[in-house]
Amino acid sequence: MSFLRLDGLTLAYGKTPAVEGLNLDIHRGELIALLGPSGCGKTTTMRAIAGLMPVRAGQITLDGRDITRVAANRREVGLVFQSYALFPHLTVFENVAFGLRLKGMSGKALEDKVMAAIASVGLTPFAQRKTPDMSGGQQQRVALARSMVMEPKVLMLDEPLSNLDARLRLEMRTELQRVQKKTGLTMIFVTHDQIEALALADRIVVMRNGAIEQIGTPEDIYNRPESAFVADFVGFETIFALKDGAMVTKGEPVPVPDAPAGAAALAWRPRAVTFGEGRFEGTVLSSSFAGSAREYLLDTPLGPVKAEVDAALPAHDLGATVRFDLPVATAAALRRAE
Amino acid sequence: MTRNILAPLTLGLVLLFLIGPFIIIVAASFSAGETLAFPPQGFSFKWIAKVFTVESFRQSFGTSLFLAIGGTLAALILGIPAAYAMSRYRLPGAETVRFMVSLPIVVPGIVVGLALLRYFVIPAGVPILLALFLAHTALILPYAVRVVSASLANLRSDMEEAAVILGASRIGAFVRVVLPNIRGGILAAFILGFVTSFNQVPVSLFLSGPGVRTLPIDMLGYMEIVFDPSIAALSSLLAFLSIGIVLLAERFLGFSRYV
Ligand SMILES: Nc1ncnc2c1ncn2[C@@H]1O[C@H](COP(=O)(O)OP(=O)(O)O)[C@@H](O)[C@H]1O
Ligand SMILES: [Mg+2]
Repeated sequence: MSFLRLDGLTLAYGKTPAVEGLNLDIHRGELIALLGPSGCGKTTTMRAIAGLMPVRAGQITLDGRDITRVAANRREVGLVFQSYALFPHLTVFENVAFGLRLKGMSGKALEDKVMAAIASVGLTPFAQRKTPDMSGGQQQRVALARSMVMEPKVLMLDEPLSNLDARLRLEMRTELQRVQKKTGLTMIFVTHDQIEALALADRIVVMRNGAIEQIGTPEDIYNRPESAFVADFVGFETIFALKDGAMVTKGEPVPVPDAPAGAAALAWRPRAVTFGEGRFEGTVLSSSFAGSAREYLLDTPLGPVKAEVDAALPAHDLGATVRFDLPVATAAALRRAE
Repeated sequence: MTRNILAPLTLGLVLLFLIGPFIIIVAASFSAGETLAFPPQGFSFKWIAKVFTVESFRQSFGTSLFLAIGGTLAALILGIPAAYAMSRYRLPGAETVRFMVSLPIVVPGIVVGLALLRYFVIPAGVPILLALFLAHTALILPYAVRVVSASLANLRSDMEEAAVILGASRIGAFVRVVLPNIRGGILAAFILGFVTSFNQVPVSLFLSGPGVRTLPIDMLGYMEIVFDPSIAALSSLLAFLSIGIVLLAERFLGFSRYV
């Protein structure tokens, strides 16, 4: 039974549609990543779940209750904004205490609970600081503590890692995972970075143009993308559509007699392309060294092809002619060619 | 070479033009002579002291103070929600409202005063003090809306949304999150409104009647009859009062950010 259910959710800004007919079932305690390019409707979907955005059509059910028309301040849903949205006139303590005070909590009980939340994000020494004096990573932790202390049924985070530098990002990633495992909180986080989604989520929801493109475990999404869009997003760089048993290429169609049944396209990661031998020939357009591997971009009669080989092998110069192959055995079969 | 002299010279002339009259007035207020003259004859505090003994000054000062404080408060009570609504919601006709609210800045005060007198006070029989109060409120409103709008523009709306998600009502979020963060702008608007109202002449001129006068109008009337340095003394006192308020505001609020 699903804990949070979006049923035909349709959202719009004025006459501009933003999300159309979105269906999603999330289980209690799940960590869900909303993954997709900028503008695909991730923030809009979260705002609707939080009650900040009117629902045009469809239904939102949380813990057995229809909350589609419930006011935002009665939803028991947490949202950590991309900008954190801390209250600059209040201290860290008062930011975290804000929601509890509105619930009528006060005195020792309030103080204990707030300080525990502040401690859980490692900010105890900063409790009396004003939030504008803190670093981005610290502000983020305050925002997290402020939402978590309310014990929401669902905690949503909008691009929680995008404003942090590389080191902090990794640290925060671990932190989020730890918090989620410890509290068993149902969490949804937004990202446009596939690595983050793959590393953190129980399930990934890939969105495109206001609709869901694919839902699956990180393994599903990474190894078995259903469409060219998802494949491209998770690093399949060479994709050809299939038509009448042949790959549609820039030049002549290439027959693929052993294509899996029902496949609409075939996709290869650079690793999956056979390099140095095979049926096809291309010239090296560019090559880049990436530590243990070397990546070649080939100009071929089929179209551009990206291949990756062991860096220990001798390098090919720009303009060199090399043979390659696209074995069906190493390809992902896509159900949709778009 | 010439440029090196020209720049400070120009600056000096501009400063003289701006501050010169003020210096003359201040000097004249300490005169020991009987008429308003410059350079002052002798030195005394007698005209400064006299200002406080003139009954009509005391009365009109009270009227001006009432109008400046009351009018500014009324303008803020109307202006803060208006500015808030215009900044947060895409209201139909918001531009029209913004324009209408700015009109009193553009339309000459003489026209406003005459129009109010001819078409409002006389036909409707509105008491003069009430008419003055309404006129001053209307005059201050554009400043209130503008200054408050400016500080609202720097305030992200997601803060209020965060407050609502944490359980606040819309009004609760406004009181707990918006107001504390624009209090500098509100105080700036208050000071600007106060000074604008206190120094207002053209509109008050038409609306002053028997027994009810604002201080500047009273000073005009006084000067037509008596030509002693007490007018200069009063002007200096008022100028220093204004300067003091603005300096305090700058010191504690960074007033110049808002105007
Ligand atoms: N305040 C707004 N007014 C009008 N259109 C908006 C607004 N916010 C977002 N949109 C549009 O809605 C779509 C989805 O936006 P959003 O949910 O913010 O995308 P994401 O978070 O995935 O980057 C985009 O096409 C965007 O241009
Ligand atoms: Mg977004």
